[in-house]
Amino acid sequence: MSIEFCGLQLAHPIINGSGTFDAIAARRVFGEQLLEDFPFAAYVSKTITLEPRAGNPPPRLWETPAGLINSIGLPNKGLELTGGAERQPAIPLITNVMGATAEELSRLVEACDARAEIAAVELNVSCPNVKTGLDIGADPRQLEAVVRTVRGRTRKPLIVKLTPNTADVSACGLAAEQGGADAVSLINTLRATALAPRGRFAGAGGADGAGAQRDRWLGGGTGGLSGPAIRAVALAQVAAVAARVAIPVVGMGGVQSAAHAQELLDVGATLVAVGTESFRDPAAGARIAQGLR
Amino acid sequence: MSEERAASALFGRRLLTVTGMDELGAYRVLRAVHDDGADGADGGLAGGWAPVPGQFAMLAAVERWGGGEGERPYLPRAFSIARLSDGESQFLLEDVGPGTRRLCELRAGDGLWALGPLGHGFQPPSAGRRALLVGGGVGIAPLAILQDTLASESPAVQASVLLGFRDRTRAEGAVLLDGASVATDDGSVGYHGLVTDLLAAELQRDPYAVVYACGPAGMLEGIRALCAKRQTPAQLALEAGMACGFGACFGCVVPRRGGGYLRVCLDGPVIDAAELEHVDQHAGAAA
Repeated sequence: MSIEFCGLQLAHPIINGSGTFDAIAARRVFGEQLLEDFPFAAYVSKTITLEPRAGNPPPRLWETPAGLINSIGLPNKGLELTGGAERQPAIPLITNVMGATAEELSRLVEACDARAEIAAVELNVSCPNVKTGLDIGADPRQLEAVVRTVRGRTRKPLIVKLTPNTADVSACGLAAEQGGADAVSLINTLRATALAPRGRFAGAGGADGAGAQRDRWLGGGTGGLSGPAIRAVALAQVAAVAARVAIPVVGMGGVQSAAHAQELLDVGATLVAVGTESFRDPAAGARIAQGLR
Repeated sequence: MSEERAASALFGRRLLTVTGMDELGAYRVLRAVHDDGADGADGGLAGGWAPVPGQFAMLAAVERWGGGEGERPYLPRAFSIARLSDGESQFLLEDVGPGTRRLCELRAGDGLWALGPLGHGFQPPSAGRRALLVGGGVGIAPLAILQDTLASESPAVQASVLLGFRDRTRAEGAVLLDGASVATDDGSVGYHGLVTDLLAAELQRDPYAVVYACGPAGMLEGIRALCAKRQTPAQLALEAGMACGFGACFGCVVPRRGGGYLRVCLDGPVIDAAELEHVDQHAGAAA
């Protein structure tokens, strides 16, 4: 089952989606046993930004039919990356970074390049361009330019996490490849929102106009949908991208079982990431990897 | 109730078997065991050590979790451990949404997924101080195991119990604790008014008491404000909508005094009232 991905040797093809497993918190809860039984073949960090972020005001979660909308807001300590004192699981660390511009991303990627414990870098390009308001990763031309700039700042494998909130995800995958990405990962969450139940406390008002007469539930206004509700979308997008690029693809979206992971592998993914299912069962990654053997 | 013992839950959810579902007025008491029996000290949850009062578990029915109204529930639900008895874990339920409704349907022999015990529990009072256990509604659950544990492990501690409920059928829950003084919103049982009125009177009599509280946000905010004014230490067991229970999702945050957020699952659910500026409405959809 051992597998090669961008020069990294992994014990199996199951990793975690960024932001869905906090290894430090999990170790506080589950103790040393977690490191022995670590459920993933590589560990993807939550997103790190240049400046510290507190995250969005609550409420941050909304349960949907077979899914979850989250509006967490990428809380993190900023470029002061989580450091060395903690014992890490003996698997490759993939650090996920997000910036609003190529320059911000470049500084983050350079910082990662200098850290020996980081095996690869994943770019979160689902950040709005401050000028256009569009996600950097939603426009193939902009995405290719950003990836090309960042590419020059590290020799470590560079994974671009594609956004599904775009007209043509395979064009974005191709743009990432042409910009110099070593791999692409998809899908990120689908943009979604929820209205507050009538008579209930709510978070934000109708920040973007829609629903202005009734409160939004999420403190951040909108969020991202994940879970089995998006699995069929993920399968279609992973298949479309894998058919168009030559670099490896990390597929994810609503995977709950080995059979679901196998579907993504069957349409061309090299690795499969497990995300929201780990919320329901922290050992889900190990269960799914075991089921693939 | 030492911190060391709370260091780790078993990694991964555990399959429990429901042993009973008891009616208790508007509530249900869900009882479950782990098939390995062990010595029962852990209520079937984890490797042989008892949970700290205030710790919780994430629960989900094994069968038909999902497929209910609106195709929910999907995520597991967080419940305080209410009591350990004869190797069983007990949880107090109130049917308020698709998840609690499905759990209330469980019967002896059904499967129950449980992850826990999770989070930080209550700390016992320092020597010579009385414990005031103040609960509201279904939030009385962790106070039952707290009362049990104080009686068995800290017999020198005097504990008094004050419970508030909306009405008579909910007030039936008061039998979970011994010797409770009860307040009801409608006056049908005990004192007609808020449990915080009873608390204020108790603190008037004994200014050196320590408060342990769990209940609706409005009640906890009343207790927080009262205790802050009187400089009474208070440990508040909070509730928040959470997806995972072990620090992964960052969904269950509450604002921390002085800025930033606390994760209820990891930094709580029992939080020193001095860490909070204000207890906000629960940030969760109908569970």
